Amino acid sequence: MCSANQMADNLAPAQAPGIRKDPGAAPRRLLRSALNAGLRLAGVVPFSVYVILGLLLPTAAIAVGAFQNSVNGHFTFTNVDLASHGIYLTGFRTSIELSVLSAVIPGIIGFGIAYAIHSARRGAVLRRVAITASGVFANFGGVPLAFLFIASIGTTGIVTGWLNDLGINIYAGKFSLFTLTGVLLAYMYFQIPLMVLVILPALEGLRPAWREAASNLGARSWHYWRYIGGPVLAPAFLGCVLLLFGSAFSAYATADALTAGALPLTSIQIGSFLNGNVIAGQQNVGKALGLGMVLIIAVVMIVYTLLQRRAARWLR
Amino acid sequence: MAALADAQPGRAAPAPAPASATTSRVRQRGFPLWRWAILSIAGLYFLIPLYAALKFAGYKAFPDVVHETGFTAALALSVRLAVITTVLTLLLMVPTTVYVHLSLPRLRRALEVITILPIVIPPVVLIIGVLQIAPAALKGTSNLLALEYVVLAMPFAYRSIDAGLRALDLRTLFEASSSLGANWLTTLWRVVLPNLRTALLSAVVLTVALVLGEYTMASLDLYQTFPVWIVNFEQSSGPVSTAASLLALFVTWLLLMAIVTMASRGARRRGGAEVALFTVGRQGTGDSR
Repeated sequence: MCSANQMADNLAPAQAPGIRKDPGAAPRRLLRSALNAGLRLAGVVPFSVYVILGLLLPTAAIAVGAFQNSVNGHFTFTNVDLASHGIYLTGFRTSIELSVLSAVIPGIIGFGIAYAIHSARRGAVLRRVAITASGVFANFGGVPLAFLFIASIGTTGIVTGWLNDLGINIYAGKFSLFTLTGVLLAYMYFQIPLMVLVILPALEGLRPAWREAASNLGARSWHYWRYIGGPVLAPAFLGCVLLLFGSAFSAYATADALTAGALPLTSIQIGSFLNGNVIAGQQNVGKALGLGMVLIIAVVMIVYTLLQRRAARWLR
Repeated sequence: MAALADAQPGRAAPAPAPASATTSRVRQRGFPLWRWAILSIAGLYFLIPLYAALKFAGYKAFPDVVHETGFTAALALSVRLAVITTVLTLLLMVPTTVYVHLSLPRLRRALEVITILPIVIPPVVLIIGVLQIAPAALKGTSNLLALEYVVLAMPFAYRSIDAGLRALDLRTLFEASSSLGANWLTTLWRVVLPNLRTALLSAVVLTVALVLGEYTMASLDLYQTFPVWIVNFEQSSGPVSTAASLLALFVTWLLLMAIVTMASRGARRRGGAEVALFTVGRQGTGDSR
């Protein structure tokens, strides 16, 4: 903590070094260390203020608005009641279903890819391409992404054509790009790269020494994964899958562009409140929906935090 | 899928393990076939839609992009937002992350959780709250968007900077520098920042990529940024709009590739750890913490 104290001294020149020689040194030292602790926290004040103003306060405003009458601002449960029934309940259900699917499937695939990248040689071109591509694709979405999929597996898409030539008509059954399956397929385009980005640090935390020790003791690859790699990585993996759940749950632009509102998803329903396509006097129902989303996310994040703490025991 | 893997000769050849590194030989013993299969399938999944879009747009659409009405204004707005966001993000995140690494290591986990929140809190929800509480003076300008983009950029910026810092022996740097008489800011500016070049570059590129691609907030706040323009323009010309979004994607990717390539070349020369966006390659088996 040496440098930390020096820092605190720089921040507070008033704390003279000679103070220790005083008779009442002990209580003053206590005071000083309390002061130091306070000063040390001062360094994170700008960040905290920013997060409070930019992230927490807006979220809190939603929570308050959810319980206010849209017209006169009086306290009411009507918004929450409306938001938890009928089409809005269906919206939550579909959102959760879609998010679970597009967390688990891309989670597993992303893990496979991350492992393949991880075991490739350091500095290899493949590694660089894959990692940078993940950074870019994880931020890709919305209409451009919807368009990519319409151009490839839409009714007149290229892949649809190829499959038709092979005698497979994917549109013969119930498949359509504008349903849950289609949206899931499109979500994977940014979910898989996100998984690669967030799971790679955990994979890098697996020490080669563990593997060597295991194989010295006669373990096969399967044994290593069953008794060492798997248990060590499991919390990190689950944490990342939860993160993917949150990411899919909060996605808006892609589903909106792809289905034009045909699929009842909560984020799209909220968006329609902002776009003004809504019955007068019901604006705050959108906030109640927002509150619902935030609550679901809160549960997910609490579990995520617990898992991360467990993951940190071995990794890093 | 083995046939698919063979169809790509450049990728299919497994990299020979360097004779000196025993650890990587152990790592590579696994299932090369399995590895190439999964990478090939993933490659197809990611490349085919790009190819389809390219084919739809046609090569002629690309030069047309710059001449379309509204393109310049939309791009200018997005670039302005990107600059403001990047500067604010760096000013806020770099000192905070360095400070936490140095003086409050216990807060690192808290910071990690806080900075992941913007990925999971829906932007649709966030923008409603922001529009509700923002002061009127701010609400009338696009700067409000930039301020919120700083929040959205936090997950990527923090992770990049954090990865960069983990590769440095921060404490020693600060002790050495302060024993030479430098104060905290001088050390940050003249010692830490030059060492963080790669991490900062990747933070910048990821932030810029985010701002140039963000649609939800911009459209709901009624500003015609580049992605919003692409969507609006799609109604008049699909191919041009597709070409514009492909162009944005490729340019960002190339930028990131250039940065990472440059950085790992520099790292090899200096014998330092490889920094690749979010992860830091370990040197030997030494624990970094």
